[in-house]
Formats: sequence, structure tokens, C-alpha cells
Amino acid sequence: MLEKETIAAISTGMASSGIGIVRISGKDTVNIISKIFVPEKNKDMRKVASHTVHYGNIIDDGHIVDEVLVIIMRAPHTYTREDVVEIDCHGGIFVVRKIFDIVLKNGARCAEPGEFTKWAFLNGRIDLSQAEAVADIINAKSSIALEQSVSQLKGKMRDIIIRQREKIIYHIAYIEAALDDPEHINVENYGEELIIDVDNILKDIEILLKTSENGRMIKEGIKTVILGKPNVGKSSLMNMLLGEDRAIVTDIAGTTRDTLEESLRLSELQLNIIDTAGIRKTEDVVEKIGVERSINMAKEADLVIYVVDASVPIDENDKEIIKIISDKKCIVLLNKTDLECIVNTEDIKNIIDTEPLEISVKNNTGMDLFEKRVREMFYEGRISFDEEIYVTNLRHKEALKEACESLMLVKESIMSGLPEDFYSIDLMNAYEVLGKIIGEAVEDDLVNEIFSKFCMGK
Amino acid sequence: MPNICEEYDVVVVGAGHAGCEAALAGARLGLDTIMFTVSVDSIALMPCNPNIGGSSKGHLVREIDALGGEMGKNIDKTFIQSKMLNSSKGPAVHSLRAQADKQAYTRSMRNVLENTEHLTIRQAEVSEIIVEEGIIKGVKTFSGAIYHAKAVVLCTGTYLRAKCIYGDVSNYTGPNGLQAANHLTESLKANGIEMFRFKTGTPARVDKRSIDFSKMEEQFGDETVVPFSFSTNPEDVQKEQVSCYLTYTNEETHKIIRENLDRSPLFSGAIEGTGPRYCPSIEDKVVKFADKTRHQVFVEPEGLYTNEMYLGGMSSSLPEDVQYAMYRTVKGLENVKIVRNAYAIEYDCINPMQLKSTLEFKTIKGLFSGGQFNGSSGYEEAAAQGIIAGINAAMYVLGREQVVLDRSQAYIGVLIDDLVTKENHEPYRMMTSRAEYRLLLRQDNADIRMRKIGYQVGLVSKDDYDKVCEKEKMIEQEIKRLNNITIGAVNEVQDFLVAHDSTPLKTGTTLAELIRRPELSYELLEEFDKDRQKLPDDVVEQVNIHIKYEGYITRQQKQVEQYKKLENKKIDESIDYNDVKSLRNEARQKLMSVRPSSIGQASRISGVTPADISVLLIYIEQFNHEKYVSTHNQDD
Repeated sequence: MLEKETIAAISTGMASSGIGIVRISGKDTVNIISKIFVPEKNKDMRKVASHTVHYGNIIDDGHIVDEVLVIIMRAPHTYTREDVVEIDCHGGIFVVRKIFDIVLKNGARCAEPGEFTKWAFLNGRIDLSQAEAVADIINAKSSIALEQSVSQLKGKMRDIIIRQREKIIYHIAYIEAALDDPEHINVENYGEELIIDVDNILKDIEILLKTSENGRMIKEGIKTVILGKPNVGKSSLMNMLLGEDRAIVTDIAGTTRDTLEESLRLSELQLNIIDTAGIRKTEDVVEKIGVERSINMAKEADLVIYVVDASVPIDENDKEIIKIISDKKCIVLLNKTDLECIVNTEDIKNIIDTEPLEISVKNNTGMDLFEKRVREMFYEGRISFDEEIYVTNLRHKEALKEACESLMLVKESIMSGLPEDFYSIDLMNAYEVLGKIIGEAVEDDLVNEIFSKFCMGK
Repeated sequence: MPNICEEYDVVVVGAGHAGCEAALAGARLGLDTIMFTVSVDSIALMPCNPNIGGSSKGHLVREIDALGGEMGKNIDKTFIQSKMLNSSKGPAVHSLRAQADKQAYTRSMRNVLENTEHLTIRQAEVSEIIVEEGIIKGVKTFSGAIYHAKAVVLCTGTYLRAKCIYGDVSNYTGPNGLQAANHLTESLKANGIEMFRFKTGTPARVDKRSIDFSKMEEQFGDETVVPFSFSTNPEDVQKEQVSCYLTYTNEETHKIIRENLDRSPLFSGAIEGTGPRYCPSIEDKVVKFADKTRHQVFVEPEGLYTNEMYLGGMSSSLPEDVQYAMYRTVKGLENVKIVRNAYAIEYDCINPMQLKSTLEFKTIKGLFSGGQFNGSSGYEEAAAQGIIAGINAAMYVLGREQVVLDRSQAYIGVLIDDLVTKENHEPYRMMTSRAEYRLLLRQDNADIRMRKIGYQVGLVSKDDYDKVCEKEKMIEQEIKRLNNITIGAVNEVQDFLVAHDSTPLKTGTTLAELIRRPELSYELLEEFDKDRQKLPDDVVEQVNIHIKYEGYITRQQKQVEQYKKLENKKIDESIDYNDVKSLRNEARQKLMSVRPSSIGQASRISGVTPADISVLLIYIEQFNHEKYVSTHNQDD
């Protein structure tokens, strides 16, 4: 469509790669980047020269998300002939995704398939002889995207959305029928009834939104964070899992001062493993930053691997870690069981509600147990793949979120005592965005619903 | 040649609600206008319900009035009861509806027409349109008289090949037994115009003396009547009103209907036309909503001059004896005497997708049309199209720019856009849910929305236009003032808030913020507004609405901005969709048949996807560029 808003997309593929690029184009581009990016020396991004590269951090709610390079290119000498910004970030999928989410949150919208090219053309950037090719690309890309999203949506999720839409359109039709024919249909105090159903619909959509995390895990891998005190063998574990020396391993506690992310295939599952700095109370400034980071990573993880050194007693630092991971899916590995064990399985079970696995990275034992446990947790555990209710498509997720927002507005209107005709405005929006997910346009749904469900007219 | 041959600027065929507005628009703009009717006595006839207005229809009347039309003024002169519907709802859905004295309405409109300069009224059946090389040249009557004209407006209503049916009785007549127009259809078809056949119906009229009103609920008009027209002085419409009555059908009624369904022409197949779903016959309701144990029946006076009462909600095409039997099961109608039977009526109309948004035929220059002829229903819908068709016929003759109202400007815009863009299989009725920007298209601000256009066209006086400009200014200034008045959390304010069930203030705020609270209003807060000047009621109303619903209004304004962007992307008339390679076949066919005037309109056609629109956008850029290059080269 011709909505000329600011658009954004992840330009790099979804597979793990060394670097990720988020691209933004449109009128608001520079505004958005100045809201979310703090360059070194606090330069004003609105004033920097075009076609320059800037180093700094992406910030979300005051937290540093990633250190990035931002390339700023002002209209008209850009691909789309509008202001364009590229954010080059670290290649971990989570980082790219997170930055993309932040960009959307700050006012950009998710680009349609082929949209950058479309604007490049419409703004005269691409030669006219290429017009047809561009049209073909857009059509092809849209049909592939549609095919993908439709095939993704067979079965349960589609049913859930259809059901919610049916409920929503019924309410709109009732309200509208009453407004059109107030002498036949009474809508007084309808809010009381409506709010109950809106809550139910919200609940169902929120469940779907939660599955978007599972869906993401299937598609992009399970965000796995290795956590533990210093020198318990986290980096060794990482190297062993990867089958290469990726992390630097020494006997010195606190060697790993920054996080390190790598991808690992465990049968059909992909684990994105992040090694972190060991957690302990420390006065070392650099190490302190590392510890902070580890904690933040753990908070965002899908799975935490908590490594405990069996040869060293449990202490305050362990209790600190347990506090951090209390609400996480967690596997506890009791490492260094090749040495004399001071800590045993029972000791662990006393402080954390999970059965630890005894391993020895050094002797390469217990890895089969680990793999089995991961698979158990993701297959037999809370997630079942047969159900097919995973939101894996970012566009779907955005639409679900928007539907929730609209439904919240309906609730707000009801609670603040606005008249009934206001409810249907936001209900209609929820109906429309849910329709986008299943590829259905609104057309004359409402009028048809009104006439089929309610007896109107004189 | 013995036959009459006259010259006019504008010919209007039909003198119903569309024809009247069209003819008045043409004549008032100084063009020699002739209006044809099969019967001068049927000018502005109300052959069905005795109401003007109603939900969303009231909006249309207000807009017609603000453009300089007659309907609002006429009903203000002739109403016998008036109500503001949905008054407990938001301002966007408040809607006026009046009971008309049917004969007074007709007489009063006729009087206006007869006293309008440049307007000739002629009783004759137009049987042919005269078209030469795709341009309208005039019309020919059944008697052979020829009337040349620069523009023609067709407003034939339900008269084309009209057929009235009940039971196994069918008459080839128009409504109320008036003569049908049986010849024009052939001429239209011969000129390549695609015709539809639609159906509608009306209930029986009964003798007031045979009704027991004590068994019914009496329904009164509003205590204070709000006029339809912005030009009517509110004091002039405060008068004694008559009542309507409400009663209900029951299981016995439904049983009789079900037992006699086989005798209904609708179910036996004797009726071929498509009927409206919003205005179903009682037999339709009983079949479709079988679980409902009763349906409402509104008993409404047809006027002060007559004993006839209209039985709203019970239109039917069942045979006479069944009509009697079913009406007499209804409480209060046990001994009812029918004056006129209920009947269904079938008529020819056009597929309105053949029209541009100006209501001109795409393939015949200078030929315009409005009203039920375009596949709509309702007096107000007809009048709304009539005034636009009339204005544009006049603009065409005068060589001036055509008037197109879009969906963000007026219900009239929504109505016409729906008609010319969307496939329509039943008589189209205006509904508030069809207007996506309805918070902006309120009946209370129709003057602010439409007066300027009416003034530019020439139907609104400078005086009336200046009044609206002044009103707008006052509203704007007052809102600004209220936003700048701070209210402290002092005792008298807190006491006031508590007394009005409103949360006390934590810190100071503005007067506007307090007005925004649902339980408070501009009027209530007078005591905290020392500098307040006395403002007219309609200004106060606008101030309240703007402040209270500011959030929603701003949101809709943003949506309108988006919408306008697509609307402003015009599609050249000469575009050949066969050249647009990447379009899907379905989209290509739809686009070829509608020939949308803008990308916005194209995007509303069912079966055209966003991807098709992208493809189209790209093609249009290319097309415009090539056109530019080729004209540029010619200059060299």
C-alpha cells in the first residue's frame, strides 16, 4: 500500500551469522535512531553528516542492548531516496531481533515484502526499465510470504484466530445493528457483557503471543545461557559442546569477561549457546560489567545451564545465581565429578528444585544425559510440537500485539463510561489486524454479519 | 415536423426525492432546467414509510441541507413528530428522524419547485435518451416530443418497468398504482447500459378508526425539537406533535404466515428481483429469524389530513386474505380495516458501477443519474445522489470542475463511493457502520463540513457561508481559551467534583481537562470560568464534543490522512489494464470493470489485493513518466 511511513526490516538472514543488519527507511528514520542510539561522545544524530558511520550503543529503557555501528544516509542519495539508517550489530539472532523490536517500538513499521525496492522505484531510484521486474519481485515475495504464513497457520492457530474474530464481529454487529435500528435493538449497558468477552479474547490472544516465544525457538534456536560461578568450567563446557576451542579457557577465575554466543545443533533442535562471565562479587570494574551482563543474559534466556563445581562448596554466590534463575527453565550440571566431590546431587536438590546431572567436561562424561534432558524439556515438557500453535512469524506477532492494544482500548472505553458506539471503533481495528494474520480482508463482513444475525428494519 | 422540439440546459427525468434535488440544483444555478414526471401530483411522493431521517439517513439530510438542498427545509415545514435517535450514545450516531405529513410534504415541495426560476415541470413519460458519439443530446418522450439538452439526469426511482405484486396478483404499475415507465429501459440497454432488477416492499395502510390504541404503547416525539435544516429557526419547529404506537406480532401471526408461505410470490418464485436485507418483509423475518417469538410493529400516522396509518415492520407480498388474517392477530389490530394492501414492487435499475464518482456515466458524456435508479433505497439516499447528480450536471454544462465528496468528507461520499465501487446485489441503504470516519462525519457538524462546498458551487448564499466561518472561529477560540484556564485543587473545586461524582484533583489542571470527564461538561463548569462569554448553543455543542472526544477525533484524523494519500493518487482514464503485466487475472478484470479514478478507490474493490495495488502503483509511475516524456518530446 501507499502508506508512506517509516519502514524497517532485518536485512540479514535469520540464520546465525557474524553480523546482523537492521535497516530503516523513511521520514522518521533519523528521529528513531536518535531515540534508541547513544553514539560515543553523545553526538546529535540529527546533525551528523550524511554517509557517515558512528559507533555507540543501542539503548532500550535505559539498558544497553548491544554495541553497534550506525550508518546514516540522508535522502536523496540512498537506495530508497529517503533517509536510510543501517544498524550493524552483533550477529546473534536475539540481538538483531531485539534491536528490530526496539526500532518498531519507536515508530517504524515492519516492511512489506519487497517494500524497500518498491520505494526505491517509486522514488525514482531504480530505472524505469526495471519496473516490471520490481513488480514481479513484489508479487512473488508477497505470494511466498503469504504461502508461508498460510501454511504456518493451518490447524489450531488459524482456528483460534477465526474463533476470536467471530466473537469480535458478533459484538460489533450487535452494537452497529442497535445504532442503525435503535428502536428494534437495545444496546444499553452492553459494556458490562462485552468486557467479559473482551477479557476472554485477550486471554486467548495473549496465550498465542506467549507461544510466539516457542515458535521463535523452533525457528531461530533456543537461547541458552551458561551460568555459574567463575572457574566452574563454563567455557570448557561451551568448547566441548561446540567441538572446538571457541572460548578461552584458563585456570584463572574470571577469564571470561564478556559474553560469547555460538550456535549448536542438537539433533533437530538448535541451541544458541551463550557463555558468560562467572558470577561473583567483585571489585574489578571490567569483571563487574561482565557479571552484570551475565545476569541480564540469564534473565532473557529460554534455558539456563547452571554449572556447579562439585569440588567446591556451595556459597553465597551460588545462592545469588539461584535467585536470578528462580523462574527460568534450568538444567543444573554438576561438573568436575572426576575430582573429589564436596557437593552431591542431594545438596543441589536442597537449594534448587531440579535433579542435577553429573558430568565431567574434562573426561567428556554425562553429555548424553545433557542432550536427553534438553530434548525432554522441549518435547515432552511444556511444549508439544503436534499442536502447531506457534507464532513464528514476526508479522503475526506484531498483528497479535496490535489486536491486544485495540482490545485494551475497548476496555478502557467501557471503563471510562464512553457510549457504546466508541467500542466498535477499536473492536473493528482488532478484527482487521487479526484478519491480516489469516490473510482475510474485511470487505463486507460487518454488513453481512449484521443482516444475518440481527433482525432489522421496518 | 408536427412534434414538439425544445432546448434546455438540463433535463431531469423523474420528480421523486432525487429528481427534485437535481432539478432545483440545476435551476438555482441559473440553468434552464426541465423536470419530467409521469404525474405532477406525485412530486416528492413518499410511497413507503412516512419518515424522513433516521440513523445515518438523518446525517444525509443534514448534508444535503448544508450543500443547499431542499429536503431538510421541507421536512421542517411539514413534520408532525420528531425525535433525535441514539441521543444517549456518542455524538457521531445521534440522528434526527421525523414523521412527515405526507401530503403536506409533497405539496410544500411542489410549491418550492413551481416557484423556482428557470425550472419547468412537465408531465410526460420519457421513453428514450438521445446519444450521439458517446455524448448525451437530450431525451424523447413517449408522445414523440424531443427535448434537446446539454445534460440529462435520470432519477426514475422505482418506475422503470415497475410491477406491484401481492399473492398471485400483479399489476404493471409504479408505487401507489401510478403509471409505470415501460419504455426507457430498452433505450438504455440499446446504449450499452447494464440493468439490474431490484425489489422492495411496503406494508399495508389501515384505518385509524379500526385500531385499538389502548392495547399499544404510545410513543411521543422529543420535548424539544431540533430542526433538520441549518437555516430553520429552532423556535419555528416547537409545535404540537402526534404520537406513534408500538405493538407486536405473536406466535399466532407467525403461524398464519408460515402456513401460507407457499402463496407468497417471494417464495413461489413469481418475484425475480433482489430485495433488501435491512428491510425484510414480515414473511422474511419469520422464516429467517424463526426463533423470535415476536416482532415489533410501529403504527405511524400518514399525515394530519387522513385516517390512514402505516404498519411499520410488516411489509408483505402475501395475498390479501392472508394479510387480513395476519394483521388481525396483532394486539390492537383485531378489527383492523385495510385501506391499501401491502405489496412488493419490482423495478429496473442500473448497475451503478457504470458511474463515475460524479454520478456521470463512464461511457456517455453528460448523462448523470441518481436515486433508486442507481440501486439505492430510501428517500434520503435518493435526495443525496440527486443533489450531487444535479450539481455535477450543472457543472458539466457550465464547464466547471465536478464535485466529488470523498469518504472522509460526508456520508454522501460514502454512499456514492460504495455504489460506484462495490458490487451491490440489493437496494443499498445507508448505515452508520459503513462510514469508517463517522466520528468526523457527525450530523452536528454537517454545516462545517459542507457549507463551503455548497457556497463554491453556488447553492449556498454568502451570508450562510459567512455564518459557518464565524461559528468555526468561535469554536476554535473557545477551545484554545479553555485549554489555557488552569484550575487549582482548591476546596470549592474539590467539593464541586465530589458533588458531581467526579474524582477530586491531585494537582492543578485545565478547564478543558475537566470538561473531558464524562460526568462533567462545558455547561456544568461555568462557575469556575469567570471570563466566559455567552456563546450560541451550537458553538457550545461543538466545544464539548471536540474536547470530550479529542483523542478519538485525532486518531480518525490521522487515519484520514493516510486515506487521502491513496485517494490523491489518481489513475489516468486512458490506462489499459491489459498492459499491467504482473496483475493477477481476477484483479485485472475487476479493475477493468470498475475503472477506479484513484488508487484509493482501486484498493476498495473486492478481489484487489495490496500486492496488486503495489503493482499498479509501479505501473502508473511508469505510465505517467512515459506520458511526460512523450509530451516533452513533442514540445521539442
